[in-house]
Amino acid sequence: MRLKKRHLGLIAYLIILFLPIYWMLNMSFRTNADIMRSFSLIPTHPTLVNYMKIFTDPSWYSGYINSIIYVTINTVISLGTALPAAYAFSRYQFIGDKHVFFWLLTNRMAPPAVFLLPFFQLYSTFNLIDTHIAVALSHCLFNVPLAVWILEGFMSGVPREIDETAFIDGYSFPRFFIRVFIPLIRAGIGVTAFFCFMFSWVELLLARTLTTTAAKPIAATMTRTVSATGLDWGLLAAAGILTIVPGALVIWFVRNHLAKGFALGRV
Amino acid sequence: MNKWRDNKAWFLVLPVFAIVAFSAIIPLMTVVNYSVQDIFGPGQRYFVGVEWFRDVLLDARLHDALFKQLSFSFLVLVTEIPLGIVIALMMPKKGWTASACLVILALPLLIPWNVIGTIWIIFTRPDIGLFGAIVNNAGIAFDHTASPVDAWITLMLMEIWHWTPLVALLAYAGLRAIPEAYYQAAKIDGASSWAVFRYIQLPKMRGVLTIALLLRFMDSFLIYAEPFVLTGGGPGNTTTFLSIYLVKIAVGQFDLGPAAAFSLIYFLIILLFCWLFYQALQAVGTGDKA
Repeated sequence: MRLKKRHLGLIAYLIILFLPIYWMLNMSFRTNADIMRSFSLIPTHPTLVNYMKIFTDPSWYSGYINSIIYVTINTVISLGTALPAAYAFSRYQFIGDKHVFFWLLTNRMAPPAVFLLPFFQLYSTFNLIDTHIAVALSHCLFNVPLAVWILEGFMSGVPREIDETAFIDGYSFPRFFIRVFIPLIRAGIGVTAFFCFMFSWVELLLARTLTTTAAKPIAATMTRTVSATGLDWGLLAAAGILTIVPGALVIWFVRNHLAKGFALGRV
Repeated sequence: MNKWRDNKAWFLVLPVFAIVAFSAIIPLMTVVNYSVQDIFGPGQRYFVGVEWFRDVLLDARLHDALFKQLSFSFLVLVTEIPLGIVIALMMPKKGWTASACLVILALPLLIPWNVIGTIWIIFTRPDIGLFGAIVNNAGIAFDHTASPVDAWITLMLMEIWHWTPLVALLAYAGLRAIPEAYYQAAKIDGASSWAVFRYIQLPKMRGVLTIALLLRFMDSFLIYAEPFVLTGGGPGNTTTFLSIYLVKIAVGQFDLGPAAAFSLIYFLIILLFCWLFYQALQAVGTGDKA
């Protein structure tokens, strides 16, 4: 009986959660005039014109491609550098460990608005303006600390005896790390990868400042095109729906790592 | 937990240190540099010392914005953290339902922040929006563009809708990391479900909940795009939070010096709160283990 009540609560929450998304989906199948004219629970004259525009106009679909490229680069850099660092923070005591850890966190706290101008100057100096790598690197400022932080939390949950046993068994550090340790913290890596992807995907200020055309992200395309002719709500909604798709795929692929977790991850 | 003492571990941290320092230290130096100068244009700068800091600290509108910001973050945290934990506890442990829950939970997080604000404009409109229409049909006059209370309610709802999934996802990942043996042991001891939560699940979630709490605090304290798009800081100044006020100074009036001083003070406030939270949570943790 208790199980049923629990499920009802969850279902109610998920429905409420889904309502604004549904409204966006509903709007994406309607023309702008139709949206502004009347309230309607389902599209009365469903149309694909908004999606057609996004898939045929290069300035729209290239926005998605640009975003996917720099977000992928950022996630790879963030995870690749954060994994060893998080291991060091969770297992070793070394000079300045606590200070460096907290300093890393502080970079997640800086208000981004005033960092824009210095960032622009910095990346201009290296001739990196309007490249995917510039955006990917600039997002490392907040994603790398976050990745280190989350991974450290998960790694500290793994008992140290596992490391000791593996080293006694003659594992070298890299072999132990890849073969034994990474499978143990799969849940943590899944969460971290998703968060890096997510925060880089929705970040707009830095991405817009560091790009002009060749690497312009989708979030910037949306604001710019929309403001030119007043708000085209239907087009905006369709673009919004499409921004969800890549991330939903990512979470679908990492879901097993999230859901299986510790017990099954043990080698 | 006693750790190995080895300074060679620094080599493992070095890549992270280098990559963050590259994009953190130089901009921070520039901001500090701006904050003590009066800037008229390229080459026209005058050193003014701590004048901007004094101006900003004495600014009554800043005090107002800070008070609103603190209230907002407090309300957001006390709602989202418990709600997120409850949802994580309700979620199925495996199978396709677990996957489906995860995907639905993640949806709001994946929409760019400015788009969320824009969609909620329509969503809450009484004539053509779903939420506005429901509230209106219930006989409540609701308009976030005119009433400060309604503007606050709308922003709170949007924020809670948007970010509770993040807390739930983290809490869920934390729960999944608890070995099945713990539950079996609790079952043998005849522990109640409250006892399981209090003495097994909550302590084991401490790490991820620390992350969730600090992340939500920082991001709600830095919130910009959603209230800017939804209400523009209005009606009046009722939803002008710190970041909106900061951008008004920096971009609206193009006062780089005061804006830089403002952002350094802003940064220090967040730093102070995070440090306090962090210390408090660490202390709670060691108490549990003892």
